[in-house]
Amino acid sequence: MTTTTAAVLVPLLPFAAAALILLTGRSAPGFVRPLAVLPTLAAAALTVLVAVRQGGDAPLTAATVLTPTGDPDLPIELALHLDGFAVLVAALVAVVATAVQLYSTGYLRDDPRYPSYAALVSLFTAAMLLVVYTDDLIVLLVGWEVMGICSYFLVGHYWERPAARAAALKAFLVTKLGDVPFLIGILVLASEAGTFRISHIVNGLTSSLADFELERPTLVALLLLAGVAGKSAQFPLHTWLPGAMAGPTPASALIHAATMVAAGVYVVARLLPVFTASTAALLVLAVVAALTAVGAAVAALAQDDLKRVLAYSTIGQLGLMAGALAVGSRDAAVFHLLTHGAFKALLFLAAGVLITVAGTGSLGVMARTRDIKRRAPDAFWAMTIGLLALAAIPPFSGFFSKEAILHAAETAALDPAGAPAGVPAAGAWLVLAATLLTALLTAAYATRLWLMAFHDPVSARPEPLPQPPAVSGVTTLVLWLLAVPALLMGLGYRWLPSWLDGTSLAPTPATSAVATGAALIGGAATWAAWRRRYEMDEPPDPGLSLLGSRFHADAAAGFRLDAATTALAARPTEGAARLTRFVDRTVVDTYVRGAAALPGLLGRLVRRAQNGNAQTYLTVLVAAVVVLLVTTALASAGG
Amino acid sequence: MHLVHPATLAVLLFCVGLYGVLARRNTVLVLMSVELMLAAVSLNLVAFDVWLADELHSGQVFTLFLIALAAAEIGIGLAIVLLVYRRRGTVALDRLRALRDGPGAAEATGGTDGAEQPTANDAARGQETTTP
Amino acid sequence: MSAVTLPLLAAAGESGRSVLSPSGVEIVFLLVAVVVLGAAILCVTSRHLVHAALYLVVALGGLAVEYLLLTAEFIAWVQVLIYLGSVVVLLLFGLMLTRAPIGPSPDADSRNRPLALVVALAAAATLVTLVVDAFRTTWIDLSTPHGRSDALGESLFRTWVLPFEALSVLLLAALVGAIVISRARRADSEEGQG
Repeated sequence: MTTTTAAVLVPLLPFAAAALILLTGRSAPGFVRPLAVLPTLAAAALTVLVAVRQGGDAPLTAATVLTPTGDPDLPIELALHLDGFAVLVAALVAVVATAVQLYSTGYLRDDPRYPSYAALVSLFTAAMLLVVYTDDLIVLLVGWEVMGICSYFLVGHYWERPAARAAALKAFLVTKLGDVPFLIGILVLASEAGTFRISHIVNGLTSSLADFELERPTLVALLLLAGVAGKSAQFPLHTWLPGAMAGPTPASALIHAATMVAAGVYVVARLLPVFTASTAALLVLAVVAALTAVGAAVAALAQDDLKRVLAYSTIGQLGLMAGALAVGSRDAAVFHLLTHGAFKALLFLAAGVLITVAGTGSLGVMARTRDIKRRAPDAFWAMTIGLLALAAIPPFSGFFSKEAILHAAETAALDPAGAPAGVPAAGAWLVLAATLLTALLTAAYATRLWLMAFHDPVSARPEPLPQPPAVSGVTTLVLWLLAVPALLMGLGYRWLPSWLDGTSLAPTPATSAVATGAALIGGAATWAAWRRRYEMDEPPDPGLSLLGSRFHADAAAGFRLDAATTALAARPTEGAARLTRFVDRTVVDTYVRGAAALPGLLGRLVRRAQNGNAQTYLTVLVAAVVVLLVTTALASAGG
Repeated sequence: MHLVHPATLAVLLFCVGLYGVLARRNTVLVLMSVELMLAAVSLNLVAFDVWLADELHSGQVFTLFLIALAAAEIGIGLAIVLLVYRRRGTVALDRLRALRDGPGAAEATGGTDGAEQPTANDAARGQETTTP
Repeated sequence: MSAVTLPLLAAAGESGRSVLSPSGVEIVFLLVAVVVLGAAILCVTSRHLVHAALYLVVALGGLAVEYLLLTAEFIAWVQVLIYLGSVVVLLLFGLMLTRAPIGPSPDADSRNRPLALVVALAAAATLVTLVVDAFRTTWIDLSTPHGRSDALGESLFRTWVLPFEALSVLLLAALVGAIVISRARRADSEEGQG
């Protein structure tokens, strides 16, 4: 089997599984589980095989024309482009998807809609793998939209709950708000570049031989950025992601933590030359990334729901990746994407177990509940590893990838000449500062989560735990499987550059010291606040002390962005709708009613003549005939 | 003989019949007036046939047909009138108004049973027959 | 009328083989016409319903005389046989079966009467004007009888035999229809009343 064949099979296997599950799920429920797990597992094995075979060599490209468009020079092609980024991200996606499918067999054991869930997850996996491997912008868009619709269905999996329905709708609409500019951006880019092939565009832009420049790089980059912001939950289109936690926890782990939200970052990484062609776009990306990272970290510090904490943490980490891209370092971004995918999936899956055991997702309730640590030791340890990775404590994986971002930002800020062309120094400084601040805040909320969920200093927890449902062995197995990369993947900085662009990802002592110091300060401050609140017998939420009660309330509500959206977008729309209704009812309808009234009046007059007396009818008839006769006679006599 | 004489007689006879049709209340009288109108037409046919000395005698043959038709018409018409009388108890033309527009039309017919719709149709058919 | 009478007199001198002289035929025709019209007017204005039927007899009988004067003898006898013999009898039966009062009935005319009068007079005025205007120079030649039974019968059973047969079918249909209407509805109304 050639590498290309294997790569073609990778998206096809989960797709076929999805189709088969949808077709047979109702009639043969026994086959759903194997159908869900095995093709994804095979696809994961193939992605690893492809990654090993490709091994950082020159990109493999294969293409066949899918369909012609109106322009014969601009066909849509079913193209593969296997470079280091693609094979690594695909391996991550397939492995996480396999873990999630395995985990779901246990987690959604008793769910009556498990077949449709499994089919959607498989379809989603296929679409994501298609996005990762494809070299054609239109095919990429197809996968992109299929992911969007799968996300919609999976968020609305528990559609009996109004919150889930609203969240699904919100996720769909907000991402679509970004997708429309994204589509326009793709079309503008393709018409300027004369091809839909990403590799051709990138080669044309980076090659010194080809004398090719985009006419409107800022426009294209900003349009694409809108789609990326929608998919990767960057400010101001991030509001759908916390709400999306209404879906099943494994789906959140797969879609809203590890893979789909990373698609935006991945697309920017693939198309980075398009972005570096415009300094303004990179500056916008840096500002958006900084705002997103810091804001999401603060919001995460104030959330009460475990999954929402993780959701905001995802937004923040995606902001860091976008920041890395804004300083032109796609190596760092993709490195962080990989480690983040691993440890965030681990965190979500552990959170799923934790919520099942505690019977609630509220941190405030968990803080008052005894013995969670003892009842769910696997979840506790998985959570601990994941949080340490998240907080970027060495030697966990998150440390190395965040270090790579910091290093890239520092290089771009201090030594603009050494940075990739087009990267603005101001943006680099912004990213550097935001990354450091985020490191501090991330450590703070990770510590807060860990302390509130598992610990109490005085062993004074009042509420005993309800008898928890048994945690299946598969779930535990998956947790430990994912814990390994979360723990060790950081060491990949030694080998990853050979797959990627080749810049060094090794941590440097200065930034390591500063970042780790910030993380430790954040953690320590949280711990101190937590202790003090316990001693003063207050609700044991260190976030309240750290943020202050008013700011805490704002942050808990996501800085009231939803309210602002309502005021700025929803209210005017509703007002316009009311105005339209008013105009339609009172103005337009008046004319309609008037137009109806005149025939009605005539009709009422005429129906008075309809009195049922045949003699009257006949009299009128004969009289009319006589009148006609006289008229005719006079006319002919006169003529 | 001057052709104006039979023609004028036919016209006047026709208009007298017309007046009868329009002014009489009793349906049998209306049928009689219709006979007068038919007779006027017959007279016209005969007069013009004689005037033209038609080889085929079209006018007179048509008069024969007309007389036969009149007989058929009077038979059917009277059958309907009798039926209406049996159902409604009246043959007054201006009281058979079930087909008029508006509410309460059914009450005004003087119907006695629930079968309003067919009787209304009967009345209408009777009137149609009286209007040649 | 002087314009009408002058040609009339001129025409009277042309033929002499009739029983009555042409002017005599004309005079008789006009006299009978007056009778016919008078009977017709009485028929449509009489308050006695039975009298109206009898006036109809007079009018139709007078019309038969007019046919004779126009030399259409066969039509005249058919008129007498069918109209006077059967139609009027039928009408009398109709009156009887609908329990028409014997004496004068004050509500013989409907409220539509003034309007009917206006319309009828207007129609009469218009038509008379037109007819007189159209045929004021036309005369009928009554010297050769035109309505003899043999000629008419030949024409009827040669040229017009197909319409004649169709008419016989129509008469049959009318007969059947009249019976059906009477019988079926009687059962109907009995059900409705029962």
